[in-house]
Amino acid sequence: MAGSPVQVTGTVLTTRRVDAYHALTVVAPGIADRFRPGHFVTVAVGGRNSSMLTRRAFTIHDVKPDYGGTVELVFGVRGAGTAWLADLRARDTLDLVGPLGRPFPLPRDPCTCVLVGDEHGAAPLFALADALQQRGCRIDFVLGAPSADRVFGALRARRMGETTTLTTEDGSLGMRGTVTDVLPGVIADARADAVYACGPMVTLRGVTAVAAEFGIPVQVAVEESMACGIGVCMTCVVPVIGDDGVTRMVRACTEGPVFRGERVRFDDVGTIPFDALGAPGGRHA
Amino acid sequence: MTADLRTYLAHVELPNPVLTASGCGGTGRELAQFSDVHRLGAFVTRSITMAPRAGRPTPRMAETPSGLLNAVGLQGPGVEAFLERELPWLAERGARTVVSIGGGTVTEYTALARRLAGVEGITAVEINLSCPNVEDRGRVFAREGAAAAEVVASVRAATPYEVPVIAKLSPDVADVVAVARACVDGGADALAMINNPIGMSIDVDTMRPSLAAGTGGLSGPAVRPLAVRCVWQVHAALPGVPIIGMGGVTTGRDALELVLAGACAVAVGTALFHDPYACPRVLRELEELLQERGFDRLADAVGLAHRPAGAQPRTRTDLEESSL
Repeated sequence: MAGSPVQVTGTVLTTRRVDAYHALTVVAPGIADRFRPGHFVTVAVGGRNSSMLTRRAFTIHDVKPDYGGTVELVFGVRGAGTAWLADLRARDTLDLVGPLGRPFPLPRDPCTCVLVGDEHGAAPLFALADALQQRGCRIDFVLGAPSADRVFGALRARRMGETTTLTTEDGSLGMRGTVTDVLPGVIADARADAVYACGPMVTLRGVTAVAAEFGIPVQVAVEESMACGIGVCMTCVVPVIGDDGVTRMVRACTEGPVFRGERVRFDDVGTIPFDALGAPGGRHA
Repeated sequence: MTADLRTYLAHVELPNPVLTASGCGGTGRELAQFSDVHRLGAFVTRSITMAPRAGRPTPRMAETPSGLLNAVGLQGPGVEAFLERELPWLAERGARTVVSIGGGTVTEYTALARRLAGVEGITAVEINLSCPNVEDRGRVFAREGAAAAEVVASVRAATPYEVPVIAKLSPDVADVVAVARACVDGGADALAMINNPIGMSIDVDTMRPSLAAGTGGLSGPAVRPLAVRCVWQVHAALPGVPIIGMGGVTTGRDALELVLAGACAVAVGTALFHDPYACPRVLRELEELLQERGFDRLADAVGLAHRPAGAQPRTRTDLEESSL
């Protein structure tokens, strides 16, 4: 982790709509300084005396040096919390904690990387692409969503990537299907050395399976619902195999959100695998 | 002028009355990124179990109005890993550590207390009595005075006399005073209340319970009136027993409310999920509120709401002295 997280009261600089999503730029110098691609922030929603106690976690889409440092968050309205965020206007204040989590590890030497994003899960990929390109890596994008208005960052991907492949489930943009359908072709054409993926669990599971077939490393950023984001509430756990081969229920917020894909037991997400450390009736109990 | 915020759990002096609530402060390392753990009145660990525990499946958490339902299932590394990796770190940072213990049988609690006996760096032991008793069809110990007292007595017997034993009570009982009295008779030096009352929420889209476990513990400001009531009733019945009040404390005002009801210390729980700086903030706000009201000692405010209507607001009798 790059330094420890800070809590700041940031001022909203701009709000904008990006297709089906909202983007919020907030002045938060302490967070922008420490940011590395893959980090996330949590925000308190509902203002003072809010009845919403859990913080909402968002990956950082972008940081810019303006006003000492700004961070941009991208989100879709899913409930009362995100609806409140979507109603924020410039000059409103927002309570942020960050940067949090384990960022994407970067390759030591230049290589070819495929960046896979599903819906607004693609948000953190562009800062990652920047960092990879600075190391001389070739980038290929695969972005997908159920429909055209929910494909995030297609323009920027076309600008940055060697190739950009878009998929929609209804065929309204790019290829009809999901990102995992086109991924084998992209990996083969680019002779990719590594895959990075963000999105819902089912996408990450598919992407990991494809990468495993090609025998290349895959880093996935998981989306698991969190209450605190700092590692105290123990609600965002996923079954992950450790270096010692033992499966543990680890916190997506502190041990993740970026994991090596093959270490995450996607089939067992939402359960306690019988062989996990401390599982009921397990051999370690 | 600053108010004297020292408080006592039995004979153990704490520099201030703001603690973390069990299970809400992680290992201490997570909060230390934001503020020093040694500035807490005490750090209360999550409930430590004998063996490692993987906890409950996800989803483990559901937000409710001004509340939070959780069913984490005491995920933790077990007592050996705790003593090896977590407690020494807390001791190194100068934190006063209250070790919360949880078990499925009286034997397990006793074994834990024995394992902790004599270990350096333990300020007090808190017994999480809201664990299902596997020998009693999974009913929690805290729901009945005799079951709770049996655990308290055996833990008390296995714990060195200089380490206070705190019994943590559940509000999900017909008569919290009876359980409190049983625990004190069993040897509890102090009481902590309240643990989460059990609640449930159903996702109307999936038409299934929101939590994988079905039911979960409700916390947050939604349960605060319940906490105030329990502290009030127990303090009225057992004025000499130190009470750690908790349940939805998010501000100094909430802490003062529990103090006035009879708590001599206050634990901050769910508020930590919302604001990692909650503990130092609550302490600062509490101190300001005490000063505004002319108190120079926290002890003078403990249980003050029990004075008869019309009595002087600050009758500094020795009665309060007893609840120090």
